[in-house]
Formats: sequence, C-alpha cells, structure tokens
Amino acid sequence: MWQAIYDDYQNNDFVVIAVAMDNDIEAARPWIEDAKPTYPVLIDRYHQLADLYNMVNVPQAVWIDEAGQIVRPTENAGAFEGFRALDFESMTVPDDVSATVQSSKKTYVAAIRDWAENGVDSVHAFTPDQAQAHLEAPDDNKAKAHVMFRLGMYLQQTGNDAEADSLLAQAADLHPESWTIWRQAADKLENGLAAGPAFWQRVNALGEDHYYKPVDMAGMPTEGPPKG
Amino acid sequence: MATVLTEQGPVDVSAGPGSQDQLWLTRPDADAVSGWAMKPEGLCKGDICMPVPADKADDYVRDDHINLAAFWDRMQKPSAHSQNGDVWVLGESADDRSARLQSLEAPDFSLPDLDGKFHSLSDFRGKKVFLATWASW
Repeated sequence: MWQAIYDDYQNNDFVVIAVAMDNDIEAARPWIEDAKPTYPVLIDRYHQLADLYNMVNVPQAVWIDEAGQIVRPTENAGAFEGFRALDFESMTVPDDVSATVQSSKKTYVAAIRDWAENGVDSVHAFTPDQAQAHLEAPDDNKAKAHVMFRLGMYLQQTGNDAEADSLLAQAADLHPESWTIWRQAADKLENGLAAGPAFWQRVNALGEDHYYKPVDMAGMPTEGPPKG
Repeated sequence: MATVLTEQGPVDVSAGPGSQDQLWLTRPDADAVSGWAMKPEGLCKGDICMPVPADKADDYVRDDHINLAAFWDRMQKPSAHSQNGDVWVLGESADDRSARLQSLEAPDFSLPDLDGKFHSLSDFRGKKVFLATWASW
C-alpha cells in the first residue's frame, strides 16, 4: 500500500515499517507474499504496538523523525469510514462517498510524501507542542485490557478456550474504543474478515462516533458519511 | 513451572510455592522476565526502586525468592494470570505509557518479519519512519 512512496523516498532517509496486528502469522502471510513490499513488514502477534502507542484500529500510523521523536502521534492513516454508508441491498456505497474514500487516501499519501521530502519543514510535521496536543493518553482500563488481551490470545493458542474467551471479552469491555482487540478476538468470516453481524452491530452502535477518526490535516474530511 | 509472556516472547520459569495469584521467582528469573532486579534499596529498574514494605516484607521477599506479582500490584502496574497461575502477563501502567508518549521519544519495539528475523525501531535511527499498522482481519 505504501510501496510507491517508499520507492520514491527510500534514498531520502525515509523508510516505511508496516506492522501486521495479526495473531495468526499464516493469516498475514498471503497478503505480504502477494504485495511483496520491499520495506520491512513485521508481525505483531500480541498487538504490542497498540499498548505502546495507544492504537485502537488499523490502519493507524505514527510519524517518527530521524532522532526517534514522534512528529505525528498515532492517527488514522488516511482511511475514511465510507463503508458505513453501505447500502445492504445493492452492496454499494454512494459515488460521492467512494470519492471521499479515494481523496482521503490521496491527501494522506501526499502529506507523507511532503514530509519524506521536507522533513521538519513539512507543514504536516507537527511541532513538539502540537504533537503532544494530539496525543491521546491511555488509562488504567486500557492498560489492563492490553495485558488481558495478551494472556487471552496465548491461552487461546494453547487450547484453554474457556478462559481465553472470558479474558478477551473482558479486554474488549475494558477498552471499548479498541477495534484491534475486538476484531482480532472475534469470529471471522470465510474470507478471514471479522465482518459478520456482530461487527455491524458494533459499528452501528457507534452512532455519531467514528470508526476511523478524522485526521487533523488540511483537506481531510472532518465528518463521517451519512449512514446507510 | 510458570510461563511469563514478555515482549520478547514466552519465558518459562520455575515458580516457587504460593497461591495462584502470587508469582514467586528467583531473583535472576524475576530480573529476566521483568527487567527489575532486587537491590538493597528494593526492587529496581534503572534509577527507580520500589522499597520492600517493612511491615509485610514477607509478602514480597522470602529467602532468595521474590513475589513479582505483589511488587507489580504495589507499583500499580497491570498484570493478568491464568486461573491456576501458570501463565502470567506483567504490563506497564497507563501512567508510564503516557509519560513516555508525552516525552515524544518513540517507544522502541522489536518484532519479527515473516522469516522470523527481528527488526527494531531503533535500527532505523537516522531515517524518517512512517510506522503503519494493518491486519488481515
């Protein structure tokens, strides 16, 4: 997904690190082998990054400068929640919503390119004050949710399903904003997606809240689509 | 025997006697799974030390074993364990995570690629890093 940017800027002290929040390496493997990215793609079986960087969904991104300082903290990596306008009869979303999905991605990619080229001079690189202002702090419940999730996933692999299910349900309850915890633990459809009726029920329960939070960036949509 | 799930992966340790919600480990094992080591000042990591509470030292330290779970509770860090106490996760507190993020120093991590080769964020110091997540699900 980020290959073209990497191709253009890898000689400009810029790298992409993609991290699959996938407990099952074999589920991630075909995606990686099909795309054959030349940048590192890492597997985060226990969602360590979600705990470290307070992440709640995919795709999310963090921009980190040459000195290891965060210049844009965890944010939605340019995704627009157009799927929430899905018409279940025609299984389509309105054209203007599709257009917003495309333009959001394009705007975000253009911003990454600008930063890859201009570094600290890019308008998209936050100052330290701005970066701090955009941080969302974890709380005790979220921290607890991450340890329960980790234990639950491990117990699921080692065959202790009853205890695993209970821990994963508690983790999701303690951190209701997290889609990574909920979807990783949820039953998957045949295509591997956690997108069955329980998913849609949880999405619909969001109401006016966002599935993909708007990105604070010029040209990005500030509101979600009209709901389907 | 108990298994502690660390960020580097599961580590098997021999756990001393105690109820399921206690994790009595030898000092070297406790250090290995947590990075916290017993010193005269208490249980320490870097410059930070958690003193052993004088009135109930027995809950924390017995001979050459320490109850890492008790220290974890006292430090208000989250932990979780299986019902029979044979698998443990010792996490970081929200306060510690928040302080780290507020410093804007990107937390380091080390994760494997498909071939099992580990890459750390710190390997890329000197480059701008666009760190992005995705998932198959």
